[in-house]
Amino acid sequence: MKEENNGNSLKPENRQNILPHQNIFHHQKPLKKKPIFWRKLKAGMMETLSLVVLAVTLGGMGWILASLLQEGASVISWSFLTEPSKPYGVPNGGIGNALVGTLLITLTAAVITVPVAVAGGIYLAEFGKGTRLANAIRFCANVMMGIPSIVVGLFIYAVYVIPTGHFSGFAGSLALGVIMLPLIMRTTEDMLLLVPDTQREAALALGMTRMRATLAIICRCARGGLATGILMALARVSGETAPLLFTALWSNTWCDRFFTAPTANIPVLMTEYTTNSPFQELHAAGWGAALVIMACILVLNVTVKVLCKTN
Amino acid sequence: MTKIKIETRNLSFFYGNHQSLFQNNLKIEANKITAIIGPSGCGKSTHLRVYNRIFELYRGQRAEGEVLIDGKNIFDEDVDLLELRRKVGMIFQKPTPFPMTVFNNIAYPLRLHFQLSKSEIEDRVEEALKNASIWDDVKDKLHQSGQALSGGQQQRLCIARAIAVEPEILLMDEPTSAIDPVVTFQIEETVQKLKDRFTIVIVTHNMQQAARLSDNTAFFFRGEIVEFGKTETIFTNPAKKKTEEYITGRFS
Repeated sequence: MKEENNGNSLKPENRQNILPHQNIFHHQKPLKKKPIFWRKLKAGMMETLSLVVLAVTLGGMGWILASLLQEGASVISWSFLTEPSKPYGVPNGGIGNALVGTLLITLTAAVITVPVAVAGGIYLAEFGKGTRLANAIRFCANVMMGIPSIVVGLFIYAVYVIPTGHFSGFAGSLALGVIMLPLIMRTTEDMLLLVPDTQREAALALGMTRMRATLAIICRCARGGLATGILMALARVSGETAPLLFTALWSNTWCDRFFTAPTANIPVLMTEYTTNSPFQELHAAGWGAALVIMACILVLNVTVKVLCKTN
Repeated sequence: MTKIKIETRNLSFFYGNHQSLFQNNLKIEANKITAIIGPSGCGKSTHLRVYNRIFELYRGQRAEGEVLIDGKNIFDEDVDLLELRRKVGMIFQKPTPFPMTVFNNIAYPLRLHFQLSKSEIEDRVEEALKNASIWDDVKDKLHQSGQALSGGQQQRLCIARAIAVEPEILLMDEPTSAIDPVVTFQIEETVQKLKDRFTIVIVTHNMQQAARLSDNTAFFFRGEIVEFGKTETIFTNPAKKKTEEYITGRFS
């Protein structure tokens, strides 16, 4: 009776029935060979197809970069990067204030969001794994990732901008933070889940608390992945425009009133200059700003790659 | 009469609704090496993983019965889990060095448990590495990553890490199954040396290893302890037919 639970077709009592010269597959008909030529042809076609798709993808990116360089490179200069933007009609405006503003808004968003999101990811992957609460949180995070960013902007406009009575860079940070939260939380969870359970067991078996094992060992194992997730989220939101239109808005001053007044930033500057202004000079400045932010994101991505390699 | 270090009484184990250990009764002697052998999936590792309650990491796994260490049931309310796990060290099938330097791999858990000065820590790290017979290999790479060592060195680093926190019992879950024969032999020698200080329980697939290393052997089959006794007796004159069949390679 017990033998049947074994699941082993070559049970010991059957094994001696098989003599070495007997073919244990004797019941099967001789195998018919498939032509190798067709298999190779199919493989070759798929290979070519994937190369074509690769070329299209890379070509698209190359095209974007080329047109950015063509339209924007001419305006890039030291003063363009360091001078603040000027009102319409005033010559020699730069994007210095917008660069600082974008940096401030994004970093503030990161400072607010990263601890919360990472803690949430740790809960999902370690402490709450498999619980109903964790599943509910994960579901909400997935839904949040699907919310259009303009809706997030409207939300912050309603709950922060209107009650406080003014647009501000900080409101922009809140909007970007809301967008970043589920992104970082889910990548944190995924990266922690990639760490094999043997590491958890090894840490706990030495008498570490679960919290200690998580923070000192598991997070350390996953640190490359965690950093990647955070930087990718930063890269993603640093180019968001829609949420900033309702929150940080736009300004020609330096960002000295980050918490209480509209704050300059690159995405909204680009929108303004390229769509709303009739001046040729400003169109070019918009392209220049686009080139600069693209370069920044590229640098961030390369940093991520390097970080991953060293880990 | 040797001292009994670990005694299991009617130990049963469940993965969810699936029972995988049935009423295990076992007495493990102090300062001896006890081998647990048996075919795959017979509950060897499951049994071992009860001794330091590491299975509690996973939802749905549960043990019933008693495990007495020095006469004290480890499932009692007043047992401190962290202290239990310090006293009962574990070596795993795959080496598990932490992503930190060789030195910190040992010093980090050490610092968690003991109040030690910097020089005391250095002494203890060195001592642990020497006891694990790996000091000569790593004394020049103490500040390199522990994960950059070879597999056999990693496993001995893990042994050093486990013995540094001064446990009384060492649990080894197929510690050499991922390691080549020469290094396996070195690790076995190390384990022999450690017997004087620790009670060692080793789960192994390798029957020669069990025969070479252990004083006592328990043969597990389908979650039950078929036979337990002196290794010599088990391997030369087993009392049960099932044990004989397994040892002579009639099934695995």
